[in-house]
Amino acid sequence: MTRTLALVLAWALLASAAPPGVDDALILGESLPARLSEFRFFVNGRPNARVMPYRLNTPLFSDHAEKARYLYVPRGKSARYTAAGQLDFPVGTALIKSFGYPGADAGPIETRVLLKRAAGWVALPYVWTGADAELKRGGKRLPVAFTDPGGTPRAISYAVPNTNQCKECHQKAGALVPIGPTAANLNDGRQLAALVVAGLLDRAPADAPRLPRWDDPGAPLEARAEAYLDVNCGHCHARDGIASNSGLYLAFDERDPVARGRLKRPVAAGRGSGGLDFAIVPGAPERSILLHRMATTEPGVAMPELGRTLVHEEGVALIRDYIKAMPAG
Amino acid sequence: MNAFPILLIAAAAAAAPLPARTIEVAPGADAQERLQEALIEAQPGDTVRLAAGRFALTDGLSLDVDRVTVHGAGPAATVLSFKGQQGAGEGLLVTADDVVLRDFAVEDTKGDGIKSKGADRIVLHNLRVEWTGGPSETNGAYGVYPVSSTDVLVDAVVVRGASDAGIYVGQSRNIVVRNSLAEYNVAGIEIENSYHADVHNNVTRHNAGGILVFDLPNLPQMGGHSVRIFANEVVDNDTPNFAPKGNIVASVPTGTGVMVMANRNVHIFGNRLENNGTANVMLVGYRERFDDAGYNPLIRDVVVRDNRHGRAGFAPAFPGGDQLAAAMGGTLPPVFWDGTGERVIVRDPVPALSLGLPRPTAPLSEAQPAPARFPAGAVPAEPPAVRLPAGMDAAVR
Repeated sequence: MTRTLALVLAWALLASAAPPGVDDALILGESLPARLSEFRFFVNGRPNARVMPYRLNTPLFSDHAEKARYLYVPRGKSARYTAAGQLDFPVGTALIKSFGYPGADAGPIETRVLLKRAAGWVALPYVWTGADAELKRGGKRLPVAFTDPGGTPRAISYAVPNTNQCKECHQKAGALVPIGPTAANLNDGRQLAALVVAGLLDRAPADAPRLPRWDDPGAPLEARAEAYLDVNCGHCHARDGIASNSGLYLAFDERDPVARGRLKRPVAAGRGSGGLDFAIVPGAPERSILLHRMATTEPGVAMPELGRTLVHEEGVALIRDYIKAMPAG
Repeated sequence: MNAFPILLIAAAAAAAPLPARTIEVAPGADAQERLQEALIEAQPGDTVRLAAGRFALTDGLSLDVDRVTVHGAGPAATVLSFKGQQGAGEGLLVTADDVVLRDFAVEDTKGDGIKSKGADRIVLHNLRVEWTGGPSETNGAYGVYPVSSTDVLVDAVVVRGASDAGIYVGQSRNIVVRNSLAEYNVAGIEIENSYHADVHNNVTRHNAGGILVFDLPNLPQMGGHSVRIFANEVVDNDTPNFAPKGNIVASVPTGTGVMVMANRNVHIFGNRLENNGTANVMLVGYRERFDDAGYNPLIRDVVVRDNRHGRAGFAPAFPGGDQLAAAMGGTLPPVFWDGTGERVIVRDPVPALSLGLPRPTAPLSEAQPAPARFPAGAVPAEPPAVRLPAGMDAAVR
């Protein structure tokens, strides 16, 4: 009796000293928590233990939204380094990504969560209302106003994706997978090592591949452009992605020039072709369907199909220069 | 002592499949979120029932749960209207297996109407997909668009106004398209880069081209073959081609009935072919340059027999067509062949024209137009009838 009491007291003391960590049972379970706070990824607005922020060399353009990304790996486990593709995350991992705009009145708009459960990854979109975010599996549109990095005021209908739309991009051969955290896109010279120190990653080899930063003026144009296309297009336009039937493949390591769009005719582009004959005409960006579809906001023509209502002018300029510099013949 | 049997009962209950539910969704406020959430929350075996009325949608819808039926109150009564669509490449996207879509309409999508990708054993029954403003280059490309799938049934579907093909099946195998109407599209029905398709008892009229069987290079699935086109009415295909340039269908001459390009073992028989101003039947190789060692641009083992031909060739809508028709006495014969390919055999009792091209990509200046002659004797064997899993037919009865 006394022994039990002592244990309870000890537990209470421990609990008051260290706040409870992330709720592993919730990540591993089968429920779909209605509120983001239930996971305890954040405590008083700060990341909980083993929730570590990370950045990507080249991110997806999402209407200029700023994204805060976090990785959580449960205690006693770590992600396994793999040179190609996603890091090999253990069951119990969570990837957390919040979207918002600087200067917008309050905090993030939405937080997307990817949970690795025993049966595979699960994607859950949460929309913020006040101090917490609510699960919105059906997605939501919200009016958002902000000033873009070029100083232009913007007012858009911001689309929080539904869970099916999460999977449209986040899939490989039909199974849900993460996209961003590859060794190459995380490798900025320091970050992989920092993840190892934090105990979230098993190793960080010195020769890890490194995806160029799309906006690094010191990197070669072709590498920057192909990194941009990989991150913004290559998740669907992959041999095992949802756009596999297009025959257009834009992963960074894709080397077949026709598959990369060079003098490739459209298949099912419909009016997306814009009256043009080829995905890419070397030296002629104005005759390239790929650029045409990046430079419009019209639904049914615009690419990517999801996640953007504005033109990414800087991205369009990069791809324009890339096509222009391509040798013909 | 008692806990053990209770646990057993609980385990048995967990293992048994849940009884199929019906989720009702009605038009009205927040239709987008309510309908999309129903499509997400559905479990295998469930039916999502769409009430009569007009659903005003703002984004694409999608279904990713196997064995779900989406069932409306009829293609005139339940309308999913995408007039106000702000995003996504299609109206409804299906990415799960054993899905049945039936008895509703999809209108005015910004991109494709209903797309299914990698959705095996999909049934599309008694649907209407329409761009209500009539033919226009700004309409979406495809009406119903199953792609990369095995076992596809399109039955009693109506499509109007698609700026590419009304009913398009691509890179799939085991396909039946039947009892459907495609009109005022660029192409009525198109089977592309696909294996084993039966297209029968359809009406394709007032398109630029009625029924197309194509194969294109640089795609994951190529070498289209084993297609039967029979008992269709392919008539009055007279809508000027309004496809955006760059797409292969933009090259289909207005007034084409049935067109076969770069395929193997295609049989066209027992159709009514009439009032197609360019030709009732057009048989050609792939004319564009391509860089793909695995692609065969020729037609092979093509058989055309026992079709009923009416007037044709009176308004040939390809460059040089007028002069060619004038040279032939005012109209072109009902059957038009580029003269390339292997074992191309027409047995219909109507005149046929061969351009006598040495290869599909040869310029028309190398054409030596003449009445086509076809070898006598046995014709290549017809592909076997397409057999779909039994449950698919049951779903439409």
